[in-house]
Amino acid sequence: MNHPVGYNADHRLRWTEWLPWVVALAVFFLLPDYLSLGARVLTYILFALSLDLILGYAGIITLGHAAFFGLGAYVTGILSAKLGVNDPLLQMLCSACAAGLLGLATGALVLRTHGLTQLMLTLAVAAVCLEVANKATPVTGGADGLSGVTVAPILGLFRFDMYGRTAYLWCLVLVFGGWWLIRRLIYSPFGAALTGIRENSVRMHAVGAPVYKRLLTVYTLSAAIAGIAGALLTQTNQFVGLNVLGFEPSGELLVMLILGGVGRLYGAFVGPLVFLIAQDFLARQFPEYWYFGIGLMLVVVVLFARGGILGISDAVIARMRRKA
Amino acid sequence: MQAFISSLVSVAFHGVAYGMILYVISVGLSVTMGLMGFTNLAHGVFAMAGGYVLVTSLSRFHLPFALALVLAFVLVAAASVVLERFLYSRLYGASELEQVLFTIGLIFMSVAVARLLYGTLQQPVVLPDYLKGQFALLGRDFPAYRVFLIVFSAAMIGALWFGLERTLWGAMVRAAVDNRAMAQAIGINTRRLFTITFAVGSGLAGLGGALGADIVAIQPTYPFEQLVYFLIVVSVGGLGSLRGPFVAALLIGITDTACKYWLPQFGAFFIYAATIGLLLWRPMGLFGKRT
Repeated sequence: MNHPVGYNADHRLRWTEWLPWVVALAVFFLLPDYLSLGARVLTYILFALSLDLILGYAGIITLGHAAFFGLGAYVTGILSAKLGVNDPLLQMLCSACAAGLLGLATGALVLRTHGLTQLMLTLAVAAVCLEVANKATPVTGGADGLSGVTVAPILGLFRFDMYGRTAYLWCLVLVFGGWWLIRRLIYSPFGAALTGIRENSVRMHAVGAPVYKRLLTVYTLSAAIAGIAGALLTQTNQFVGLNVLGFEPSGELLVMLILGGVGRLYGAFVGPLVFLIAQDFLARQFPEYWYFGIGLMLVVVVLFARGGILGISDAVIARMRRKA
Repeated sequence: MQAFISSLVSVAFHGVAYGMILYVISVGLSVTMGLMGFTNLAHGVFAMAGGYVLVTSLSRFHLPFALALVLAFVLVAAASVVLERFLYSRLYGASELEQVLFTIGLIFMSVAVARLLYGTLQQPVVLPDYLKGQFALLGRDFPAYRVFLIVFSAAMIGALWFGLERTLWGAMVRAAVDNRAMAQAIGINTRRLFTITFAVGSGLAGLGGALGADIVAIQPTYPFEQLVYFLIVVSVGGLGSLRGPFVAALLIGITDTACKYWLPQFGAFFIYAATIGLLLWRPMGLFGKRT
């Protein structure tokens, strides 16, 4: 595997780990026309990182991760459009807390179960959230969505400009923070416990590890990070719609993560980047073929390339080294 | 009071019709998941395919309704055997995540194909004249098509019940659900057994989709939107049983109809809330085996 985790792994930063940030800054200076797409990619990278933490490292399969993303997006939207709270940091904090609380409450139930029941419960939680957002029209705007979101300057200093420069950098800062936190986590004893639970939870019980508590902690944390990603989406789009909730966004996120490579940290960077750029170019012209393409890609990845893009590149590099 | 009773009867009637459809569609999923432990989220694809077969053969080829139903069963079952042999069988024993991803991929592909062939609009069903109109029973009028649905589904369920409980094939299926390794050891060809069961289950889903095309709109997003309902039936009912999903399907059909009739402002909220509650109370479903 690309990224050994836990106590004994070499946790020092390699030079390649600086690449994403160099690229992100280069995009900011060299491609000013693509900053809004860039902000979208960054938002989904943060969202994918949060899923990677529970799916790739802790092994919790969820079909409802969009519930937290959507809640975060709606909390920020409602705070701004209905309550007039426009401070971006405060919005972010409220979104993170709300999503984290939902994660704690539903995780306490969902994580007691396994297999199909667990899958079903995550799906049902997301479905309930979608239903509430759809029906509570006075608060959420229902099917029309919430428009009229305004965001005050960050710390009173940096205004969101019409070119999306501030939004892009704001996303970049938060993604960097999320990446740093998650990277610290997976190299910590806590991260080692999570991989242990993923690989063999019975044995983790046997060595006395508090499995349920560990899972609940990571589930809550992941929910809060997904909530922050949702808040970012609202702040950069200044709009929230029902499409942030439900099964389809959860499914698309899974696709992005699998495409990049699950359980390897940087898969969460590569997947959304490739997916959203391809979507931007292809989906508008050929929506049918686009859906067919992502379906086909999932099937092919599962059947032939289980590590995703990073898995393939690892295999290619390993083969080249062997030949040299 | 009179009005209340008649609305009660009407809700119960429509709920049972809907529940029957849900059961015919989902029972195959329950049995195959119990048999092979395969998490098949793409089961709704077969139901949608059945619906499209019915709609096409009625409106484009003007086939009789009964023949269209048979076609929906046969074509979907045949297609599912091809899928099972070439794709599904590669993932038996793979991790749950891989099965989930693979079947989500199938859903995406089928949604795209349906949209390409039929567009995004809901497909109308042209019912034959003898199924239109009302059917008088005990001084009340019932829509004839729903009555037909209930009677036909009940007959199908009866046949299925007989097949699983009273025939050799059924005994083999039940043995394999209980303990696959043991069933294999005494010489049951579980591989072939599964192919046949999978085909019958998918065919039933196709038939259910076709029968229910008038109730559950046939459109490209069908596999996504109905997935929650099929999974609820299976997980609440319990894997590998016939009785559990039947009770679950009827419960869901009636509750859903009642909620939509009396509490439309809450949508499907109560169904999901009840599902969460039930699964917390009995994680293996109402009639599932405790492990």
